[in-house]
Amino acid sequence: MTPTVLSRRIKETNDNADGHAATPAAISYGADAHSDALSVAPGGVMTPTVMSVHAVDRSRKRRTVKALLSVASTSGWALIGFALFGVAWQIVAVRAGRVPTPGDTFNELQTLLGRSFSTSTTHGTGIGLQLWSSLGRVFQGFGLAALFGVPIGLLIGSSKRGWKMFNPLVQLLRPVSPLAWFPIWLVVFKDAPKAAVFVIFITALWPIVLNTAAGAQSVPLDHRNVARVFRFGRFAYLRHVLVPNALPSILIGLRTSMGVAWMVIVAVEMLSGGHGIGFYVWDAYNASNLAGVTSAIVLIGIVGLALDAGFVRLGRALAIEA
Amino acid sequence: MALEINNLYRTFHGKAGDQHVLRGLDLTIEPGQFVAVIGHSGCGKSTLLNLIAGLDQPDHGSISLDGRAVDGPGPDRAVVFQNFSLLPRMNLLWNVRTAVLASRPEWGRVQVWADSEYCLRRAGLWEHRFKKPAQVSGGMKQRAAVARAFAVQPRVLLLDEPFGALDALTRATLQDELIALWSGDSETEIVVMVTHAVDEAVLLADRIVVLGNPPGPSIVDIIDVDLPRPRDRRALVGDPAYRRVHDDLLELLEAPQVA
Repeated sequence: MTPTVLSRRIKETNDNADGHAATPAAISYGADAHSDALSVAPGGVMTPTVMSVHAVDRSRKRRTVKALLSVASTSGWALIGFALFGVAWQIVAVRAGRVPTPGDTFNELQTLLGRSFSTSTTHGTGIGLQLWSSLGRVFQGFGLAALFGVPIGLLIGSSKRGWKMFNPLVQLLRPVSPLAWFPIWLVVFKDAPKAAVFVIFITALWPIVLNTAAGAQSVPLDHRNVARVFRFGRFAYLRHVLVPNALPSILIGLRTSMGVAWMVIVAVEMLSGGHGIGFYVWDAYNASNLAGVTSAIVLIGIVGLALDAGFVRLGRALAIEA
Repeated sequence: MALEINNLYRTFHGKAGDQHVLRGLDLTIEPGQFVAVIGHSGCGKSTLLNLIAGLDQPDHGSISLDGRAVDGPGPDRAVVFQNFSLLPRMNLLWNVRTAVLASRPEWGRVQVWADSEYCLRRAGLWEHRFKKPAQVSGGMKQRAAVARAFAVQPRVLLLDEPFGALDALTRATLQDELIALWSGDSETEIVVMVTHAVDEAVLLADRIVVLGNPPGPSIVDIIDVDLPRPRDRRALVGDPAYRRVHDDLLELLEAPQVA
């Protein structure tokens, strides 16, 4: 062992000992190092400091190996799942004749992604632009729904009268497919893309309203009493008691509604036409390009997954703040 | 000024029938008095506290403070709740400031800030003021709740089993701190504390109100504790006067009419 390496390692241990690196990982290093040092110490070749440094290195290695194994096992099983699905798909596709195989889909995906952002009129708008315009509509409708849904939910959840007044209405409208609203919005706006945005608005509204209301109802009695004893005004109650307590439920509502909105946008755009991933799916079918349809399914799934992961992340960030 | 409670009745209508929790309760508390309310669970001690706080309305009877009827919560009465009841997303400093800002809108920021700082310092929490409630111990949470209550400078401080959730050592420290805060230069003249601990009641209170369960009258007895202040918990144990009050209380609480 060269002196430089030795001194670097000793410095590392000192850092750990001083608690400079007081992350949970560092703390558990310390514990591991300690127990290892004790078991090796009777050999008595090296000084205890160096010994524990070795132990740190070894436990770090062990940890890395463990992490790699767990990642390998998780992704390994997932790969097996995908492979089984691929085989089943292949069999069905071959038997059915016209259905594209996984291979066809992969080739089509490559072509599509190759000209994602093309605006060519002969080959149609690129898939990236189609997804982008769908996302735009989803976010507009979703944003409007959040803007109206959260306050309505807070109102319904925090007042008994509000609950009695609006809950039956919400329960009646909630099971209606949001697509049924499309003609209404079409008449109102005389513009199909705008009508699509408002279908998404209706889609996203109910989960946001209901989850927010549930969150607002679950404010602990203790917190309400604190607000009353210290005579919180409306604004202070909203800001310090109601919204913080309802926040986790609001986030669940937003996440749910985003998921449903992303599903519904495909259907709406099949109706509204013009632009968007739903339109693309319908257009590809009409052009007998079923590989385009299967490719679109894959892409829609990936975007949906990414949206959901974003909300999970947001939820985690806000939860830690508590 | 005095806190006057006249012929107070409160009944809760539940599935298991009506519960006559308070039955014609009369009590007058003079300024400077520390009153403990003791009794078995279900005897209505927390109900009484909620009524004084204005969180609940009596079915019959009245409560007045300094001649003015109590008909809702007000800044002249502050409560320390059993479960600390700090707002979890705010740090300790803002928990105090928010409460004072809301209940004393006439003070202005400068005084609210100064008062919050003073009370947090008195509670020994100034170094911990930027911590959220979840980051501090139970004792510190309740200290913050006590600081919050004192910071609004109430005439009456209401404590609902404030130390029940704490370990014995922390409880003893907080009891001493409470007495220090109250007998110091605070505006608070009356303290009403609900408790189920006999030794705590005798150690802290000037008068102990023993409440009984239905169907008898609400107040079983009122015991005066004539022990000089400051009281030292270790010296008290050997004091015959302390023992007498303590034993009287135990006897009352063990009597069949109360149980």
